[in-house]
Amino acid sequence: MGKKKGRGIGAAFVTLWEDIKDIFTTFKEGDWKTRLSFLIMGFGELMRGQFARGLALLGIQTAANLFIVKFGWQYLKDFTTLGTVETHKVNRVTQYGDNSFFILLYSLLTIVVIALLILAWRINVRDNRNCQRKLSAGEKLPTNRRDLHSLLDEHFDKTLLALPMLGIFVFTVLPIIFMVCIAFTNYDVDHQPPAKLFTWVGLQNFKELFGIGTGGNFGSTFFSVLGWTLIWAFFATFLTYFLGMAVAILINKKGLKLKKLWRTILVMTIAVPQFVSLLYVGKMFAVDGIVNAYLMQWGWISAPIPFWTNATLARIMIIVINLWIGIPYTMLIVTGLLMNIPSELYESARIDGANAFQMFRKITLPYMLFVTGPFLLTQFIGNLNNFNVIFLLNQGNPKSMGLSNGAGATDLLITWLYKMTINDSNYKIAAVIGIMVFLVTAIISLVVYNAMPSIKDEEGFQ
Amino acid sequence: MKRKMIRGNILAYAVLVIISIIWLFPFVGLVLQSFRGEYGGMVNYLIPKQFSLDNYKFLFGPDCKFVRWYLNTLVIAVFVAIITTVVVICVSYALSRMRFKGRKLLMNSWLVLGMFPGFLTMICLYFLLKLLGLTQEGAVPGLILISVASSGMGYYVCKGYFDTIPKSLDEAAIIDGASRAQILWKMTIPLSKPIIIYTALVAFMAPWCDYIFASYVAFGFSDSYNVAVAMTRWVWTNDYQGYFTRFCAGGILVAIPVTALFMALQKYYVEGVTGGAVKG
Repeated sequence: MGKKKGRGIGAAFVTLWEDIKDIFTTFKEGDWKTRLSFLIMGFGELMRGQFARGLALLGIQTAANLFIVKFGWQYLKDFTTLGTVETHKVNRVTQYGDNSFFILLYSLLTIVVIALLILAWRINVRDNRNCQRKLSAGEKLPTNRRDLHSLLDEHFDKTLLALPMLGIFVFTVLPIIFMVCIAFTNYDVDHQPPAKLFTWVGLQNFKELFGIGTGGNFGSTFFSVLGWTLIWAFFATFLTYFLGMAVAILINKKGLKLKKLWRTILVMTIAVPQFVSLLYVGKMFAVDGIVNAYLMQWGWISAPIPFWTNATLARIMIIVINLWIGIPYTMLIVTGLLMNIPSELYESARIDGANAFQMFRKITLPYMLFVTGPFLLTQFIGNLNNFNVIFLLNQGNPKSMGLSNGAGATDLLITWLYKMTINDSNYKIAAVIGIMVFLVTAIISLVVYNAMPSIKDEEGFQ
Repeated sequence: MKRKMIRGNILAYAVLVIISIIWLFPFVGLVLQSFRGEYGGMVNYLIPKQFSLDNYKFLFGPDCKFVRWYLNTLVIAVFVAIITTVVVICVSYALSRMRFKGRKLLMNSWLVLGMFPGFLTMICLYFLLKLLGLTQEGAVPGLILISVASSGMGYYVCKGYFDTIPKSLDEAAIIDGASRAQILWKMTIPLSKPIIIYTALVAFMAPWCDYIFASYVAFGFSDSYNVAVAMTRWVWTNDYQGYFTRFCAGGILVAIPVTALFMALQKYYVEGVTGGAVKG
């Protein structure tokens, strides 16, 4: 793996070097149209009659330059300091200073625009070279009509992907880069723009996380929350998986009537919006909720069970209630797959004298694990970040003295992150936690994915 | 042998009945509470002493913007469903049928991007939306924009389905002089009805539960709330006692159409989540 990566980086440098050489040869061998295109993008194309391409390139250059000069530069120049002028008062009139938030955000945007401009410029140079070669070889250039039509045919991928990629870039990639940057600043409740500035602090926040050079118990809180997150994800994934499979097998039992009815009843929990069902179920188990009330009426208990206020009980409850949500989901998937297992396998096993459990262990389970491996992984990752179940049931409570930064006993990393952002405006730490969530997810995905039978041995069941 | 099987079936029925009771109990409770006439939060009995329609009347009355919230959510859900489906089809077709430079890189980088926790970027998105004037008053279009903007990353299931359509069909069409755009429009889309319905269904259902981001974007501007934000506030406010039965009534009104739609299209849903592994 490492070796491959090394080669990848080496190859990237070679490509880059080839690219730079190519740019120089293009300039050396180019005619005046090509050479002028180095300054005015699309010039060569326009002079050679390819108006569609020429205008597109010229448009990109004009727009990008206007953006950088009129908007981007004023922020980009403060990128290294994130602003120096604090908001202050002159004769009781507030004079707004620099806004670190916007400086960071718009600087990143400008850097991206510059990168795109360079990319477009490179395409422009290459296109000019190609055109020139074609002309000198006596070939004809594609017409404007042909160019535009190719966007619906051999270059249809560009048309299809342009808007989705733009959307993902602006609303996913840019914000992620921004938040990663925030992890290296001191952006928190004491440094909130526009009143205050924030600035770069290097690895300070990460040091705090691992308890280096600070007195607080932030580090231990982090690892305790991380531990519960992993426990939760493990139980939530595998309990629902096996119990869901059991229910599916039960309903599939030969000679059982009303199969459709049983399935429909279970599937209700997928269909009803979770904020309705989970909020209601959460209230059902409250101290004054209906479950405690009935248990007391029947005389089974004398005092209400503290389902949500006892840390251990709350954790168990969350895992149990999650079964209510998760079992139908597994059942739905497994039911279809069960029918795919060839019935001869079971027949011959029965003749060999295998009992039901043995057949499950030797035939059903291996097949299921093989087919649903990727599904289990996505479920596990989804559960690591399962905001709804935790937050709608009990908001990560109960709070505990041993945990800092507002974390509760049932908080996952993700709900803790949410609380820190919303309640405490502790953005720098939230960003650090976010990066940690990413690392945990990425490592688990990588390890599990490589160990999965359906990846290692693609033809095992074919 | 036969007697053993009958006994086994009786046991199975018993287990299934118990399961059904557990699964339906909250919903039955929800329905009954929504008709309860007495004041208060959770009470210690299931069947109301007095049935009334007051809770429903309140939702449609002048003191409550429930209809507005409901329409907000419906508008968001419809637009998100339509646009997401179009985007996902476009991306899936490009990734499944076209071969271009950087295709693998693009797919891998989207996979990695998906591992970042979504609302880490919430603050940043909020300010991006604010820049466009799409927060508070403009929260509804803002939420549509955010849901739709990154929907291309959810191409996975749809691409998997497109992959199963034989390539020879495409090649035959190309020989007949069809352009790629025509192939997508006239051939691939009509062949992919189940997966298109699945994509639209999932996209339509998501906004009904969207609490986190919706509450952030619409903060403090009650005209822009969706049902999840508005009704969750009822349960978590100080006046929970007074609003609980109303919450139940609203919950029923939200749940019925969504559940009905889901049940009607359940077949396609199963096909989607199992990734086409199960046919019919």
